[in-house]
Amino acid sequence: MAKRIDARNVDIYYGKFHAVDKVTFSVPPRNVTAFIGPSGCGKSTVLRTLNRMHEVIPGARVEGDVLLDGENIYASNVDPVQVRRTIGMVFQRPNPFPTMSIRDNVVAGLKLAGTKNRKSLDEIAERALRGANLWKEVKDRLNKPGGGLSGGQQQRLCIARAIAVQPDVLLMDEPCSALDPISTLAIEDLIAELKKEYTIVIVTHNMQQAARVSDQTAFFNLHGVGQPGRLVELNDTEKIFSNPDQKSTEDYISGRFG
Amino acid sequence: MSIALTDTDRPATPPAFQHVSTKRKAKNGLATVLVWLAFAVAVVPLVWVLYTVVVKGIKRVVYTNWWTEDFSLVLSDEVGGGVLHAIMGTLLQGLVCAVIAVPLGMLVAIYLVEYGSRSKLAKTTTFMVDILSGVPSIVAALFIYALCITTLGMPRNGIAVSLALVLLMIPVVVRSSEEMLRIVPDDLREASYALGVPKWKTIAKVVLPTALSGIISGIMMALARVMGETAPLLVLVGYSSYVNLDMFKGEMGSLPLLMNTERVTNTMADGSVGADRIWGAALTLVIIIALINLAATAISRLVAPKKK
Repeated sequence: MAKRIDARNVDIYYGKFHAVDKVTFSVPPRNVTAFIGPSGCGKSTVLRTLNRMHEVIPGARVEGDVLLDGENIYASNVDPVQVRRTIGMVFQRPNPFPTMSIRDNVVAGLKLAGTKNRKSLDEIAERALRGANLWKEVKDRLNKPGGGLSGGQQQRLCIARAIAVQPDVLLMDEPCSALDPISTLAIEDLIAELKKEYTIVIVTHNMQQAARVSDQTAFFNLHGVGQPGRLVELNDTEKIFSNPDQKSTEDYISGRFG
Repeated sequence: MSIALTDTDRPATPPAFQHVSTKRKAKNGLATVLVWLAFAVAVVPLVWVLYTVVVKGIKRVVYTNWWTEDFSLVLSDEVGGGVLHAIMGTLLQGLVCAVIAVPLGMLVAIYLVEYGSRSKLAKTTTFMVDILSGVPSIVAALFIYALCITTLGMPRNGIAVSLALVLLMIPVVVRSSEEMLRIVPDDLREASYALGVPKWKTIAKVVLPTALSGIISGIMMALARVMGETAPLLVLVGYSSYVNLDMFKGEMGSLPLLMNTERVTNTMADGSVGADRIWGAALTLVIIIALINLAATAISRLVAPKKK
């Protein structure tokens, strides 16, 4: 299951714009890594290169290597569809499929990949919904549309959908930024649970959240306006928030800029 | 000298909020009147036309044989008979046209939105579709005449009509489907990609179902429009007064063609057989198109994403 990620000298571009400059870091398995930093510094962009979602945007490209347990996902013969099946993603805004029921949303990844067995799909749906702490709330309305749930429930539905395909890694792009504190707490508890089975990378603007949920934290920053973003420091979360190696990390965390 | 001011000592300040000025009231009144006038100007002709068609057409339409018989056994000035031949012709030509135009138009729209994005080919296609949508129906008809009948030696027949209607329907289908596909949020496409679903399957199973409701109503509206077209009928097929379901052979009746034929061959005095037939056919066409629009609404409601 959970696998290790190594990013080596990753340069990321949007057309001619150099968005992120030579990022190198490692994420151990069964570990939560938080990406923090000011807006526009490339945290989400880096996250999206980890499952080859970045290249979905026209003109976007990536240079460098990202290794998943030693296997380069940017090797020329690798199918990006396979990569995304192995590395799941949860987005900032909850985005359940509006035409599908709650159950169909959860098993959408498997169903669209061609699994026909109804019984095993039902079992998988239940397991994923339990995994996302949503089962009790929706078990009596599995055939109702997913759009009828509250924002927090929708986000947990999206997490259930992401873990139903049993990925090795789970990427989360500000998963709580559209949610109220109670739903946020539910998702943070969930992340602590999921950590036992998955490697998790989470982008967040909320530094308390990074401190609460993550084992290690990466601070990204810009060289300057119009310059590419870069990784300033990656350290244990405890160290980042108490005694970071870099001055700019400390400035950011203590609220002196950003 | 500093003495605390009491409330009564304060200089009287004007109230912060005032009444709506007379000028603004007048402007508001004028605008309201203009909006209502525009509404009336738009609606009055519509209601008038509808009223006339219903009042004059109802005379023949209420009889069952109007819907079940054709004109093959009645004389041109004889009361009786029906327009089954014309209804079948109109529906058949419309159906064949839709069968060709809908898949083509939707595939073009999918290419433009999902694959072409900013490519040269997509830009050129959009430009061509715009030109095609501006082509008058008589030009489309003459083009098919030149292509199929003069060049390929086909006889004048129902299929030629359908082909001309295809030319008129494709741009409408492309445009409306394109709009509908564009409003599907990218979030959904990304959610699907992130699950490891290939692009074509994302389009087929996520994007299209989400946009389907709007696409269907666009298609039905386009169909309703081409079914009322007359120019291709006049150019590309002869009128028959009996039911002919063979698209490839022989003359074929249709409601617009029936109206024109009666106008040419019959006396048009109010209350005459010819006038009654024309108004009856007009009302029939209006009813059929209204039914198609109703069906469009019903179907698109059925397939629309539900909240609860």
